[in-house]
Amino acid sequence: MTAPVQALSARGVVERRLRSDGGDRLGLVLQVALLLSLLISLGVLVVLIGDIVVRSLPVFAERPVDFLGSALSSRPARAGILQGILGSVLLMGFVAALALPLGIGAAVYLEEYARDTRAARLIRTNIRNLAGVPAIVYGLLGLAVFVSSLGLGRTLVAGGLTLAVLVLPVVVITTSEALRAVPATIREAAFGVGATRWETIRSHVLPYAAPGILTGTILSLARAFGETAPLLMVGAIAGTFTSTAIGDMLTGSYTALPTIVYSWSGQPQDEFRALTAAAIVVLMVVILLVNASAILLRNRYDRKW
Amino acid sequence: MTESGDPVTVDTHPNTPPMGEQVHDSAPTIRRVDSAAARTAERPASEGIAALAADNAVFELDELSCYYGAFRAVRDISLAIPQNQITAIIGPSGCGKSTLLRSFNRMNDLVDTARITGSIRYHGVDLYADGIDPVEVRRRIGMVFQKPNPFPKSIYDNVAFGPRVAGFRGDMDQLVESSLRRAALWDEVKDKLRSPGTALSGGQQQRLCIARAIAVEPDVILMDEPCSALDPIATLRIEELMRELKEKYTIVIVTHNMQQAARASDLTAFLTMGDDRAGYLVEMGATDEIFTRPQHQLTEDYITGRFG
Amino acid sequence: MGGALTERGTSLVPSDLQIAPARRRRERLIRSFFLAAAGLSIVISGAIVLSLLGNALYFLVHVDPSALFTDGWFPRRGMYDIATIVAGTLVISGVAMLVAAPLGLGAAVYLSEYASARSRRLLKPALEILASIPSVVLGFFALTWISPNLVQPLTGAPLSNMASAGLAVGILITPLIASISEDALHAVPSYLREAAYGLGARRRTTSLRVVVPAAVSGIIAALLLGVSRAIGETMIVAIAAGGTGGSLFELNPLEPGQTMTAAMTALAIGSDSVRGEALTFESLFFVGLLLFAITLGLNLLSDAFVRRVRSQY
Repeated sequence: MTAPVQALSARGVVERRLRSDGGDRLGLVLQVALLLSLLISLGVLVVLIGDIVVRSLPVFAERPVDFLGSALSSRPARAGILQGILGSVLLMGFVAALALPLGIGAAVYLEEYARDTRAARLIRTNIRNLAGVPAIVYGLLGLAVFVSSLGLGRTLVAGGLTLAVLVLPVVVITTSEALRAVPATIREAAFGVGATRWETIRSHVLPYAAPGILTGTILSLARAFGETAPLLMVGAIAGTFTSTAIGDMLTGSYTALPTIVYSWSGQPQDEFRALTAAAIVVLMVVILLVNASAILLRNRYDRKW
Repeated sequence: MTESGDPVTVDTHPNTPPMGEQVHDSAPTIRRVDSAAARTAERPASEGIAALAADNAVFELDELSCYYGAFRAVRDISLAIPQNQITAIIGPSGCGKSTLLRSFNRMNDLVDTARITGSIRYHGVDLYADGIDPVEVRRRIGMVFQKPNPFPKSIYDNVAFGPRVAGFRGDMDQLVESSLRRAALWDEVKDKLRSPGTALSGGQQQRLCIARAIAVEPDVILMDEPCSALDPIATLRIEELMRELKEKYTIVIVTHNMQQAARASDLTAFLTMGDDRAGYLVEMGATDEIFTRPQHQLTEDYITGRFG
Repeated sequence: MGGALTERGTSLVPSDLQIAPARRRRERLIRSFFLAAAGLSIVISGAIVLSLLGNALYFLVHVDPSALFTDGWFPRRGMYDIATIVAGTLVISGVAMLVAAPLGLGAAVYLSEYASARSRRLLKPALEILASIPSVVLGFFALTWISPNLVQPLTGAPLSNMASAGLAVGILITPLIASISEDALHAVPSYLREAAYGLGARRRTTSLRVVVPAAVSGIIAALLLGVSRAIGETMIVAIAAGGTGGSLFELNPLEPGQTMTAAMTALAIGSDSVRGEALTFESLFFVGLLLFAITLGLNLLSDAFVRRVRSQY
């Protein structure tokens, strides 16, 4: 193989070889195909947002305030999403109040206190797999445990508990990841000057992990905000709030924004298509805002130290 | 390394039982500890380890073995560490120097599978007895780590954290200043106490870690290869600081660097690995004697660079 | 803080090596709070399985076995043909994977091997936004845009069909597959790439012959997780696949069909009236248990592949 190279002008051959890389057509095709697959996915996003915004325009052009501020109605001209907004906000309150402390606490125990035994590893695997259980199965849990066994009925409390249970494993996992990213040297340093475990966690581990924990939990809340299937299982579909007294809202029938989207999407009239799109716009704005703030938070704290 | 080291072990200690009996039946080792301590404390030699324990030993190890799960990392070490001296622990990598050092302040407790047999007495108290709180043990026996590990907080908070959790009620500003002064860092940082400790140079960071360690008024400072991540100038700076600190503290330093042990320490303990990969003590004595007249062939091979 | 032992030769007593009782008590209290949180999380996990098992077993014991093998899934008429809803689930997941596997993997390889750092900073959040779209929204999109604008003009299918739902499910899981595969590609050590480039390999050869094979376990894990998500996806199917109430056995993606998940929602929405009527309430839990078992199996398998990646590098 070396013989012909030496026979020709070595310099010319080397130069030609070194310059020949521009001709990898197949490589170019591949690169374009790969880029295209990415752009198609993102193109769908653009089409989706565009389509839904256009559909929602009549509603937001004619009665933006009325739409946001009105109760549900079977007459399209009067229907609004106030009930859904109220319901979703209350549900999120439940999730935040229950799933965040429990999930963060469980993760702190598993990562910082528990010895690395087979039992601990089993629990970790278990929680990871729980995060992959379809949302609708959590709805069944809510139906069997909260609605039936605990006798809460088809109330907002049952819905809130169900969503909290749904979010819990995700909170545990993201918190665990954030805690694991804390360098062991920081813990050693704190223990080395005679800090207890909790003092080490509170003063060094949690502050270091806070941005990661916060980002993860905010994203999980955003996910819960758009979650529909489990709420259908525990009865958010047919209901409305009958009064706005907090006690009645928690113990009576209820609804939420995504379940409104679902029930409206099944209505045949064209006016309801526009209303559904408008409700989706509100839902997406909330979710995108929450996501954006989580991403901003992550980027900002990434460079802090 | 184990493979190449094994024949040496066998050849030079034909009468050594495999499980390291030589460590605690080797009277010369203990006498040498005693004589070294006696020399520096200007007392007559040969009073034995009991006398040493009574009024000059900070740590007394009795057949200490350290395990990680089923693996024995350190086997049957008996030695005494005298007060207000710098004791260096040297030996090839993997021989359990750091494990031994971390058993002195129960840092090994943080490893789930770690356990010990034998005993370590600290001023006469068994460190691993029931009811001993490792938190207080670590407050009294401070530690400086291989890689400088300041908290990602301000210089001030780095120093103040330990006293704060220990319930210090006095003048914190003054304590921070005196700790930084004793760590020879005050002049360099006094104008930027609020800036992050992680922004300092490597050598400064390690001195900050020393300041952090002495802020809780410990009795002993354990140093785990404190200069391995530093350049030669920063290293000399730390060694100089160690000599100043020994007026007030007992220092135990693990080092890879034999020149450092020779330059900076009063006593040297040489560990190596046996066939079972467990580290054991070959000999311990006054540093200049270890380096000029080692009693064991293994020590001589190591310090002359023929092994390890 | 106890005073330092500055005087020579001071002897200690064991009680000197203890911390203040209040500090110790607080430590124990906080530890037990964290333990309780962890314990409760585990209890909840157990509750899921138990609540499914109890009702599902009741169903299995009381159902007439022949009712499980009928012409279709009509629970209100006592026809519980499992094959119907499993077939619907498989058809929709199949369509979804046809879309999501190439798109997700292509996006992952592009992001990991081709994209510049700057475009990655722009493209990744865009994918994250796609991932954050609730499935109920994609269901509406499938019914009102994908079906009338793509599927119907090309095939003449009815408005509600499994293909449209499958396409939307595919869009839903594309970002998931992309992000997990990208992690796997990213985890391939750069010395492998350098070794390939060092031998004069082109980027195409390096990424397809060196990096992708090295990451294959992670890519399989991503695909398995994608299938699992597709099988468990509910809202898109409930809105766009057309299987309200019941359905006959159907394998043609251009026809309406019923999946396990959509069958569950259909039952649950009407389950007020349903309760007490034969076994419809319990059948819900039987389907749920089946779904749980399938997705758990896929997730565990995916986990095993992920662990293989970890042990390799």
